Amino acid sequence: MTTATVTSQKKNTARLECHYNPKLTGSALPTMLAVPMLEQTVQIVSNERDTDSYFRLVLRAPQIAPLIQPGQFAHVRVSTLKDALLRRPFSIFQVAGDAFSILYKTVGKGTDALARMGRGEKLSVIAPLGHGFTVPKRGGETPLLVAGGYGMAAMYLLAQRSPQKGIVFVGGRKRIDILCEKEFQALGWDVRVTTEDGSHGEKGLVTRPLLKELKRKGHHRKVFACGPTGMLKAVGKIAGEFDVPAELSMDEHMCCGVGVCLTCVIPVKAGDGWEYQRTCTEGPVFNSRQVEWEAAK
Amino acid sequence: MKAKVQRLKAKVAKSEVRNAEGEVNLSVQIGTMTLPNPVMVASGTFGYGVEYAQLLDLNQLGAVVVKGIRLHPVRGNRTPRTVEVTSGLINAIGLQGPGVDGFIKKYWPFLKTLKVPTIINIWGTTVEEYADVARRFDALGGVGALELNVSCPNIKEGGAQFGTDLRLIAQVVAACRKVTQLPLITKMSPNVVCIAPFARAAADAGSDALSIMNSYPAMAIDVETRQPKLANITGGLTGPCIKPIAIKLVWEAAQAVKIPIIGMGGIQNAADAIEFMVAGAAAVAVGTANFYEPQTPLQVIAGIREFLEEHRLRDVKEIIGSVIVKK
Repeated sequence: MTTATVTSQKKNTARLECHYNPKLTGSALPTMLAVPMLEQTVQIVSNERDTDSYFRLVLRAPQIAPLIQPGQFAHVRVSTLKDALLRRPFSIFQVAGDAFSILYKTVGKGTDALARMGRGEKLSVIAPLGHGFTVPKRGGETPLLVAGGYGMAAMYLLAQRSPQKGIVFVGGRKRIDILCEKEFQALGWDVRVTTEDGSHGEKGLVTRPLLKELKRKGHHRKVFACGPTGMLKAVGKIAGEFDVPAELSMDEHMCCGVGVCLTCVIPVKAGDGWEYQRTCTEGPVFNSRQVEWEAAK
Repeated sequence: MKAKVQRLKAKVAKSEVRNAEGEVNLSVQIGTMTLPNPVMVASGTFGYGVEYAQLLDLNQLGAVVVKGIRLHPVRGNRTPRTVEVTSGLINAIGLQGPGVDGFIKKYWPFLKTLKVPTIINIWGTTVEEYADVARRFDALGGVGALELNVSCPNIKEGGAQFGTDLRLIAQVVAACRKVTQLPLITKMSPNVVCIAPFARAAADAGSDALSIMNSYPAMAIDVETRQPKLANITGGLTGPCIKPIAIKLVWEAAQAVKIPIIGMGGIQNAADAIEFMVAGAAAVAVGTANFYEPQTPLQVIAGIREFLEEHRLRDVKEIIGSVIVKK
């Protein structure tokens, strides 16, 4: 029986190319299924070290790539992990032709196992997922992007697809935490770097130059941010003080990625009070005015 | 030698019958409900069905089981609500949900279009609330069955408080039995010394079937911060690591009651599902695996079919309770 099971599992994996229910795509899609998503077994094009602790993974995913919107994420099953079951969510970094890429830092056993995988190996991916950023319109508010560490990865598509160029504020602890500075410059954005130890750019937190910029000109601006929760909270507060709209991409622990497990919830204003909403489905991008930072403490 | 020839002849005859009749029969009966196949999804791991509708054809499942619903909307526990552990997951969601009205408005229009039964998992903080919720779904029409959640470990009132008390479990089942003809499935707590009397109490009070098991009470601590990893401190353990516990409970309950048992706990593939059925389960539910591999239920169905064909069996019912225990 064991052998039979192994063969049948192998067969199943071979069949597992692309899963979606064709009857439910397009106009037949119930309105609550806001984003089209696919589960697909995709091939690694490359998986290389970007800086000391960051890796750049490129996946060939012809059906998924054209669907991706800025700020969305991919839920990746690292098949080489044995006793850790869950998929890992990653912001989608770049899209090029039939491929998309992610930037990741090795922080635990999932990302460690991922870092050991190479070209040609396969991964199961559910993507694109989540409700992303609103792409700025030409002649609209000037976008101010604020990124902490690998939060920068979630902002690249937004910068690329925005017809209106603006400023990118990027912060990290040390020089090696500052990612893709050149890529954003190549898109024609003004990149302003801060590091906590002063090893690159201005010394201090990323919120300092943001505050300075908003003091200089606080109207006709819109903030987009991705990074650690503490940073997002500070950015939301500053945007609120200047009455500038802000979209924040939240980073929460996730299990399913598609809205069923209710792990990744955050408190969001609703009616007279607040309710828990899902970072994977209603988010990851939330309007900062809607986030109830102090609730549920 | 003669016996061997006879056995071979019998085998050939059996396979001819199978070929003459075509496909193996996967359908099973739970109360008055006929499922096209024995593989459903476990409550709380499949939302309200619609979330997975883009990734798989829900009409291929045996049944869809929705997340626990009580009368009023429930906010749920604080975060962190889940933690990954070796070969498992501990959760303490706290049964966040839209309440009966919210569910009917938001999710029922989609669910009622499905060809396979929808099983509604219900709960309350009092015996009366269970009955009220049961009455609402009885009146709705089109519901396949009600699963009575008397075993959630993550809420202060209701849940496991009912499922671990022989008198209360009987009261909840009897109160719901009074208000509906829908099949009642009692979802059992694993946190009891012996499951047999609880299984009998539910059956005697009018339960048509049992779901075995709910998550197992568990805890994880971060040794650096010395703090529990869940905001709720403790939670319920699920995933492959609990499967042997669930198999034992199914086996014990199957000897105690005649009503069908739906086996669940860590099913990842067809072999796991078949093990539950051999232990005595008439059907199975895929739970935590949906989170990491949403195709699991469909793979399990295909695998059960293959297993039956390989073993020249025509009907999935032939494997239910077929465990051989040498005395």
